Amino acid sequence: MGGFRVHTVRNPVYKDAVVMEEAVRITHRARTRVAAVAAVAGAAALALSGCGSGGDDGGETPIASAAPSHLTGTVSLWHFFSDREAKVIQGVVDDFEKANPDVKVVVHPGQDDEKLRKAIAAGNDVDVAVSYSTDIVGNFCQSGAFQDLAQYIQRDKVDLGQLLPTVRSYTEFDGTRCAMPVLADAYGLYYNKSLLAKAGITTPPKTLDELEADAIKLTTYNADGSIKTLGFNPWMGYQEMAPAHLAPATGAQWLDENGKSLVGTDPGWKELIEWQKAFAAKIGTDKLKKFTAASADEFSAQNDFEIGRVAMNLDGEWRVAFMKDQAPKVDYGTAPFPTGSDHTDLYGGGYLTGNIGGIAKGSKNPELAWALLKYLTTDTAAVVKLANGLQNVPTITSAYESPDLVRDPQFETFLKIAQDPHSLTTPPSPNGAGYQLAFGDWWQKYQSVPGTSDLDAELKKVDDQINAAASLNSVP
Amino acid sequence: MTALSPTRPAGVPSAPAGAAAPRRRSGLRRHRQRVALLLVTPALLGLLIFFVYPLVATVFYSFTHYDLVSSPRWVGLANYRYLFTQDPNVVQAARNTLWFVVFMVPIRILCAAAVAALLTRPRRSTGVFRTVFYLPALVPPVASVLAFVYLFNPGLGPVNRILKVFGIEGPLWFNDPQWAKPSLLLLAIWMMGDVMIIILAALLDVPRDQYEAASIDGAKGYQKAWYITVPNLRPVIVFSVVTGVIAALQYFTEAAVAAGVASGKALVGEGTGSGLGYPEGSTLTYPQWLYVEGFSNYALGYASALAVVLFVVAAAFVVFLLWRTKSFTGSGS
Repeated sequence: MGGFRVHTVRNPVYKDAVVMEEAVRITHRARTRVAAVAAVAGAAALALSGCGSGGDDGGETPIASAAPSHLTGTVSLWHFFSDREAKVIQGVVDDFEKANPDVKVVVHPGQDDEKLRKAIAAGNDVDVAVSYSTDIVGNFCQSGAFQDLAQYIQRDKVDLGQLLPTVRSYTEFDGTRCAMPVLADAYGLYYNKSLLAKAGITTPPKTLDELEADAIKLTTYNADGSIKTLGFNPWMGYQEMAPAHLAPATGAQWLDENGKSLVGTDPGWKELIEWQKAFAAKIGTDKLKKFTAASADEFSAQNDFEIGRVAMNLDGEWRVAFMKDQAPKVDYGTAPFPTGSDHTDLYGGGYLTGNIGGIAKGSKNPELAWALLKYLTTDTAAVVKLANGLQNVPTITSAYESPDLVRDPQFETFLKIAQDPHSLTTPPSPNGAGYQLAFGDWWQKYQSVPGTSDLDAELKKVDDQINAAASLNSVP
Repeated sequence: MTALSPTRPAGVPSAPAGAAAPRRRSGLRRHRQRVALLLVTPALLGLLIFFVYPLVATVFYSFTHYDLVSSPRWVGLANYRYLFTQDPNVVQAARNTLWFVVFMVPIRILCAAAVAALLTRPRRSTGVFRTVFYLPALVPPVASVLAFVYLFNPGLGPVNRILKVFGIEGPLWFNDPQWAKPSLLLLAIWMMGDVMIIILAALLDVPRDQYEAASIDGAKGYQKAWYITVPNLRPVIVFSVVTGVIAALQYFTEAAVAAGVASGKALVGEGTGSGLGYPEGSTLTYPQWLYVEGFSNYALGYASALAVVLFVVAAAFVVFLLWRTKSFTGSGS
């Protein structure tokens, strides 16, 4: 307690004076300290108000009227791939460098979205960035983390019509095209041919009711009544069982044109929820929970479908590569995911999502960055090479016509799903996947509640929650 | 009034010997102050850069809409209004975190004290047991969680298989909303080595003669424990409670990894909040929700508001604990 001293004084007048003097000194000192703290806080706040990697200038920087005839310089590419997949990317980058001998691409592999966003915000050397999630598009377009590509696309006369329509929709937000697709993921149904044949099922189900009937026929039980093998696991949250992946079965929509939630008003959602909950109840909620809890990691060699623990499964096209690698002996087939009985016209579509790439805010070589991005996303040979190597579906129509595209019979299904006009995606939103998480969390809880409650009222609450959360990212 | 005068080194005159003396002394004092300032400057800079600046920044951002990339936009109290009136997840997350504070902290300390008490008795194998009980604290938390979730896996894990041998149907542990938090509590008890070691040290530090004197006076075992052991352990217990409460308020890693592994989905590298809280939000902690809002939903302004509230709660907790334990420790900690 430095600075505080108590004197022994006999004269009360003098004592008061000393106390007063001390009080004044302390008050003065305290004021000085408060002022100093306030000054630091004020200065920090002032400094912070200008933070955010340089503020928003709002306007677009004009670009050269023509694309450079000869490319030179260094450009950085950040992506999230690692190991084998990173080598596939490197192969295409090598081709780009070969075609442009005076260009050096510095590749930063293994960079997830969080690192990417921090790097862009900190003004690190990021030119081209590839993300694994379409969920970032809304925020990256709105915040300017990815630059608007309109000028480049217009100048170089890039035909956006060559992009698959669904893919095209998830790479732009609110009229701003800040991203280009770097391959896509398509979801469909995997079925174990041997198990289906044993149960006397000759063709994969085409409607949700057929799926349920087949699944119940395929389910076997242990002596104690617990599930031994399951026809299809309808438990929400199990592996790829997510609202987004089911939505194309009824054409359920997420958001309206103003970004407001539609989960409470689109009848497709209610249909899916009621079907899923009744299906789970038919098998037995507790049994399903126990069965699901005993499952191994989805991406391990002990994957339920790969070891025959489930006969049919909702999964992405990447499982074809996993099956080749981890379960080559399993006799399986692929098909579009079944649709609601009243939505058979939608059969053939599925959920589509994918990787996206963009030019980072603050890119020091935007022309080079655009040249690399354009090559990775619109050059037919490059896209085909990536698709063959990464075992994802291509995103441009010319790649589908290429004789070089490897067409595995099981993979073919997903190529068709990707091109199907009924395929759906999750729309970009400024708060990323927030609306999907809110709905998914609610659904997972709802399926555990026995009986039926007022579903409309419950969904209205989810709507309100999603809309309220969206206000946290709104632009005034 | 008691006179408290500044301490003065021996040999230093109480009054100036001449007119030059005060000037010399004042110069010396200024020199000393400058040296002292120079010596504390690195620490002060660290404090300013790593504590004051982030704290002020967080408070500032909590009044804005901010996504890390574009400039923050001032929104006044909107984030706090949303936090206290509209966010359903924050209630669940706060409730879960409170559960960990209320159950994990005291149970961990009690178990650590019990084990430490058993390990104070000198036996040939004491050293081995001390090592065995401390070892889990050395294992990285992620590895511990992975091992624990495997051990308690309802289908493949050995725990339920052993229980089945005895005719007991084991619960779903990390996959059951009712059991997920108690499962994490079991993990925390297993990892109590850090608390156990300081309590053990404090127990071994209790003067033996106090027990001997108490024995001569005819004190019974529980009386010795209450009147000798506990008072000697007070500072260590207070320390464990304070650090335990702060750690529980910031509880994140173990719950996140357990949720990811138990749900059968690899979360590593995804950087999103899609698996946090599994099952059914039962393990979603307050810091996890803060992370989801900041880094998955891009609402860093709102995440800052959550951080400010967490800071205030943690500070209030600590101040309250220290105030309440003043009489307990007798030293004001």
